[in-house]
Amino acid sequence: MRQVNLSVNIAGVTWKNPVTTASGTFGSGKEFGEFVDLNKLGAVTVKGVAAEPWKGNNAPRIAETYGGMLNSVGLQNPGADYFMEEDIPFLRQFDTKIVVNLCGHTVEEYCAVAEKLSEADVDLFELNISCPNVSAGGITFGTDPKMAERVVKEVKKVAKKPLIVKLTPNVTDITEIARAAASGGADGLSLINTLLGMRIDIKKRKPVLANKVGGFSGPAIKPVAVRMVYQVAKAVDLPIIGMGGISTWEDAIEFIMAGATGVAVGTANFANPFATVEVAEGIERFMEENNIMDLSEIRGIID
Amino acid sequence: MKQMIWAEILENRPLTGDIFSMVLSVGPMAKEAKAGQFVNVYTGEGAHLLPRPISICEIDEEKETLRLVYQVVGKGTERFSQMTEGQEVQVLGPLGNGFFLPEGEGRHILVGGGIGVPPMVELAKRLQGQVDVYVGARSNPVLLDRLEEVGATVHVATDDGSVGFHGNVVQLMEHDGAKGDDLFACGPKIMLRFVTEWALKNNIRPQVSMEERMACGIGACVGCVVKIQKQGEQDWQHLKVCKDGPVFYGDEVIWE
Ligand SMILES: Cc1cc2nc3c(=O)[nH]c(=O)nc-3n(C[C@H](O)[C@H](O)[C@H](O)COP(=O)(O)OP(=O)(O)OC[C@H]3O[C@@H](n4cnc5c(N)ncnc54)[C@H](O)[C@@H]3O)c2cc1C
Ligand SMILES: Cc1cc2nc3c(=O)[nH]c(=O)nc-3n(C[C@H](O)[C@H](O)[C@H](O)COP(=O)(O)O)c2cc1C
Ligand code: FES
Repeated sequence: MRQVNLSVNIAGVTWKNPVTTASGTFGSGKEFGEFVDLNKLGAVTVKGVAAEPWKGNNAPRIAETYGGMLNSVGLQNPGADYFMEEDIPFLRQFDTKIVVNLCGHTVEEYCAVAEKLSEADVDLFELNISCPNVSAGGITFGTDPKMAERVVKEVKKVAKKPLIVKLTPNVTDITEIARAAASGGADGLSLINTLLGMRIDIKKRKPVLANKVGGFSGPAIKPVAVRMVYQVAKAVDLPIIGMGGISTWEDAIEFIMAGATGVAVGTANFANPFATVEVAEGIERFMEENNIMDLSEIRGIID
Repeated sequence: MKQMIWAEILENRPLTGDIFSMVLSVGPMAKEAKAGQFVNVYTGEGAHLLPRPISICEIDEEKETLRLVYQVVGKGTERFSQMTEGQEVQVLGPLGNGFFLPEGEGRHILVGGGIGVPPMVELAKRLQGQVDVYVGARSNPVLLDRLEEVGATVHVATDDGSVGFHGNVVQLMEHDGAKGDDLFACGPKIMLRFVTEWALKNNIRPQVSMEERMACGIGACVGCVVKIQKQGEQDWQHLKVCKDGPVFYGDEVIWE
């Protein structure tokens, strides 16, 4: 039998397989590295990094929902300097690409972190203009096409790495934002970030999350994510990293057929620490069994 | 090293109405485990996908077992209560830091409130010297016999006065004039706060085991934070209960 080719090219960077981690669900790889061999992942996408440390939101930040969860972490992170000193050297020990998720409250902050990390040894930037958990910045850039285009354009000017733009599903028409990011100069897109959700504790008559609302993720959101990847893949000619509820290789194949080049495993890591590697191995088996030599044979095959 | 395993259930029986004792065969994980650590128990149902953190109540290194004592409060723990001996359940552990054990003999105060009592059993076994356990419960406290069996002196307070002292556990400690070189507590946040105040007033540095909603349990998602201001530091920070805790020094917790 001929060897199947699992590798994919995302904005000029070759991953050995299409599987990465969804930002914020995998830390910077250290914790899950105790369970999975990081060499088996196409890339590790690290949690959001800002130019300066962020403290994030108050607890409780987590609530389970049927087949999913809510989080309102609010991008707590120790800042770009810490990330460069601690996390990059750790990840570079492995044969996997590094995608760093960039966050900010203002265009200036996004540019500052992009500039700082342009000097760092990372492979791709993922611009997070879609976090529902911060009051300023984040999602406000991701829901307004004009602002999205502007922030992408400005970050592009200083970024010395290929720029993936991460989109929020909390819009009426995601293709509009996708086009705006493309015209701002995005080298790729990733989607979807979390859906805005809420849970109420009926005994206490209070929201479960201290932040009241939070980002909804996990298997329950997968159909929404597949639909959006499908629509965006039809609308723009950029590589897409698909995510939203992926927990098995079958889920990942759905995203690839919808048009994704890369696939990210997020919330599923909490239910099964081995999920990422199981998805990668499952995709390989699927290709072998179905005589698919290259994922381009099935990518975006849905009309 | 943390491990993810399928553990056979050797025992799963009610202690009282809604509090259950589950003994799991965990192999080498038993030797790794320390008092005050916890494990993640998985429901095995996609609908309830997050693991449930449960404290380690007892460790038997020889038999390679862990004992968990849990209260049925929702879907996950209800499912655990329906599992039977011989079935397997997925477990990740040991997790968290555990209590910092003093060396040598001493006089130790342990405080357990409600479902915070279980981790006190293993702790009582590992401490040397005089161990006084103050147990607070709404009514009908569990594990009292077991605490005595492992050599602790047990003092009980119940809110309804049905067993022991009528009042809360801090009032009981005050009433008894509790004395110790150190103090370890686990229970509701409000209790931990008052226990911390009591301890500091009595010149004891308290160790408190905190609870917070979790997703990963291993320090990756930054979901489970508490505000901690370390001695000598200018500002507080959000630390992770699952990794930096669950045990913190009470004087470093920002109670709110
Ligand atoms: C470090 C730690 C140690 C614990 N040790 C014990 C123990 O020894 N015995 C015991 O009975 N309970 C313990 N708990 C509480 C226990 O985790 C919850 O009661 C349990 O998760 C409830 O699950 P459920 O599905 O029955 O409830 P549901 O309300 O249906 O759970 C929904 C979600 O909320 C979470 N959740 C609900 N209550 C709590 C809570 N009090 N703390 C944290 N998460 C919660 C669940 O994990 C789940 O993700 C501990 C919690 C922590 C953080
Ligand atoms: C706890 C948690 C933290 C997250 N943090 C980030 C983040 O820092 N940056 C980001 O772009 N997305 C973040 N996300 C969104 C995920 O990367 C992903 O887009 C979303 O969860 C959908 O995928 P999933 O259903 O597989 O989790 C976070 C999600 C969760 C659950
Ligand atoms: S539960 Fe994920 S960091 Fe603590």
